[in-house]
Amino acid sequence: MGFLTGLLWLAVAIIAAMASGWLFRTAAVAVTPRGISKELKTAPLTASFGMFMILCYLFVAFFAPIIAPFSETEVVGPEFLFPGDNPEFLLGTDNLGRDMLSRMIYAARNTVGIAFVTTALAFIIGSVLGLLAAIVGGWLDQLLSRTVDVLMAIPALIFALLLLTIVGTSIINMIIVIALIDSTRVFRLARAVAMNIVVMDYVEAAKLRGEGLWRLITREILPNAMAPLVAEFGLRFCFVFLTISALSFLGLGIQPPTADWGAMVKDTATMITFGNVTPLLPAAAIALLTVSVNFVVDWQLHRASGLKE
Amino acid sequence: MSDKEVLLTIRDLRIEGRADEEWLEIVKGVDLTLHKGEVLGLIGESGAGKSTIGLAAMGFARDGCRISGGTIDFDGIDLRNAGETTRRGLRGKRIAYVAQSAAASFNPAHKLIDQYAEGPVQHGVMSRGEANSDAVELYAKMQLPNPDEIGFRYPHQVSGGQLQRAMTAMAMACRPDLIIFDEPTTALDVTTQIEVLSAIRDIVEQFDTAAIYITHDLAVVAQMADKIKVLLKGEEVEEADTRTMLNAPTQDYTKSLWAVRSHARAEQPSVPAGTTPVVSVKGVTAGYGTLDVLKNINFDIHARRTVAVVGESGSGKSTTARVITGLLPPRQGEILFNGSTLPPDYRRRTKDQLRQAQMIYQMADTALNPKQKLRELIGRPAQMYLGLSGKALEERVRNLLDLIELEPDNYIDRLPSELSGGQKQRIGIARALAAEPQFIICDEVTSALDQLVAEGILKLLDKLQAEFNLAYMFITHDLATVKSIADEVVVMKEGVVVEQGPKSEMFQPPHDPYTELLLSSVPEMDPDWLDKLLEERAAGGAGASVEGAGN
Repeated sequence: MGFLTGLLWLAVAIIAAMASGWLFRTAAVAVTPRGISKELKTAPLTASFGMFMILCYLFVAFFAPIIAPFSETEVVGPEFLFPGDNPEFLLGTDNLGRDMLSRMIYAARNTVGIAFVTTALAFIIGSVLGLLAAIVGGWLDQLLSRTVDVLMAIPALIFALLLLTIVGTSIINMIIVIALIDSTRVFRLARAVAMNIVVMDYVEAAKLRGEGLWRLITREILPNAMAPLVAEFGLRFCFVFLTISALSFLGLGIQPPTADWGAMVKDTATMITFGNVTPLLPAAAIALLTVSVNFVVDWQLHRASGLKE
Repeated sequence: MSDKEVLLTIRDLRIEGRADEEWLEIVKGVDLTLHKGEVLGLIGESGAGKSTIGLAAMGFARDGCRISGGTIDFDGIDLRNAGETTRRGLRGKRIAYVAQSAAASFNPAHKLIDQYAEGPVQHGVMSRGEANSDAVELYAKMQLPNPDEIGFRYPHQVSGGQLQRAMTAMAMACRPDLIIFDEPTTALDVTTQIEVLSAIRDIVEQFDTAAIYITHDLAVVAQMADKIKVLLKGEEVEEADTRTMLNAPTQDYTKSLWAVRSHARAEQPSVPAGTTPVVSVKGVTAGYGTLDVLKNINFDIHARRTVAVVGESGSGKSTTARVITGLLPPRQGEILFNGSTLPPDYRRRTKDQLRQAQMIYQMADTALNPKQKLRELIGRPAQMYLGLSGKALEERVRNLLDLIELEPDNYIDRLPSELSGGQKQRIGIARALAAEPQFIICDEVTSALDQLVAEGILKLLDKLQAEFNLAYMFITHDLATVKSIADEVVVMKEGVVVEQGPKSEMFQPPHDPYTELLLSSVPEMDPDWLDKLLEERAAGGAGASVEGAGN
């Protein structure tokens, strides 16, 4: 019986998700200008739901101080309240008696913001170097590619831990370390994609015209390499997100008392043995965002590759 | 012919293709009747629906297409309503298909004979041993060299022409009643094309096989087909017996197709002695790695003159262009521009030197950045070399669009993907012109285009040459194009200039044997041309003593 109820709830959740996706798509098509709404019409329900959820996350992250009922760090009640125990603390309290809901809301700001900055940085470093290696070739390509090979040979999480212990834990350091490690993956992709583009006649024509390196990269190659890079950006974002959460869980990421989903799981982990769902809530927040981003990325990949159903 | 039994009947065939979430009709009610042992030529421009109809004759529609109406009756079997098993039983066994690019259609991981035997063994027509000995027999009939051994090679170990013949032999494996040839010689050189054509014709006659021969080349279809059907945008224009069709076409469209090679440029007066040529290639030897692709090439190109560089694939035509543009610095020799030496590497040339020599590419699809609008594509050279910007730049782009006969207001903000093949090639021309050069290299600019469209491009190039005093180097393998546009001809073979001189001399005997071979290999509209040529070659004439590039 309990299993059946669970299935029922799952079905309800999926239907609700698809319905919200449909509503969101209809609304978005109505309000956006013609060019964008034409694209949006082609979005499947999963992607619409994904976009809707991402927008929700962004909204929460931007207006955290307004939405959150309590402050991020303040101890406001007894420890380890179950969700629903006290209507004042909707999602209960954590191991120090801080309001779970408020901390979840603030964490959206910290975790998502840092993940975004890190991914962007990884992309700027990785794609610029990757495109450069593809165009210039020769010894520069060899040097960059072999360096990247060496960096990729070391398991990412262990390497990040190692570097963070060397340079010390701070948010800036963490952003730089993760961005550097992730840029190796972006480099590989950007170089592979650009390799196919530099042999095109239009690039040869641009070279013969006497265009400089910067213009070759930004005007001729990058726009044509955009689709796979954007898709990769979405996936990378999820990985970075998980890396940050993993680092926080291990105690080397975002430092307390700053709220962060990964660290929140760690802090409240013991409560699961008492039947408290509190540690699952931040984990669910991570999962939901990851799934949403991937829905959107899938749709974009599908469009870029021109695949049919 | 018509007293024979009917093999294939197609009535009111309609096929739809999916584009932008919509089904559009691409074949609009075509009828077709094919008797046993008869060859039907399907001709038309790209997009006419030739290949789609060819595939429909097998009861097949490509991905994204569907057969939406009409009947296809093959020897009493209704192919539209037959189950997949029935259709699968027919394909390969009773209906075979020969694709345009044999190189892309063979599986590179298996030997030719294994791929040959697959069909007959699968359909239970022959045992593996029988299939192998049968293959050798057919390879011999297709005049492949070493028929005993060639089957044991991999596809990359034989030449393009041989591969196409091996594929035809493979289609013959089960002795089908019907073969569909989809442009089997389009990707081949003229000299190789002859061999494939005669081999296909012999084998079709010997086994009394019916065939649908799809091509855009009228001269080729004239040799192969008993009757011809002309298609335009998915509709039939007319159908008639080959000779009737060639001598007395009734429709305007057919007449325009027939008349397409009429363009011929006015004879230019010979250049006065002592004039400095715009471009002069002096003793150039160049190559990749240790291999010399070009050996001691010399020729001059004068202002307002077109030099056609002719040769088969691998003859070094495009490499010559790469040397002139500076992409491949020569080992020996030099390039003179208006009498002064150009630096061998393009990176060392000045902006002005780069501006003076422009290039138009064969594949307009890959030569135009798909993410840039025409405004930027054409405007960039003008902005870069002439320093134009803002209003002046916009004005210049509009002028150029006018020059290439595209309406500026309508086209200036389009992307290349919103243009047809011919229009894209025009943009390539406009981009070259935007730099205001003295010299333009045209690398096979018309070979990817339909004949009518190519004709338009040639006329445009001719007009622009007169207007701007341009010197052209025209790389091509198509001698018909040479006839219509060149002043001087350079014939190349394996990196050496075989013969060069004014056009009028080149097309008059006596020729170098290789030139003779090339010239005689260009198909003519006369349906008896192939027979005559083969007779002549058997007697030792028409360049029979030299080998084409394919073998």
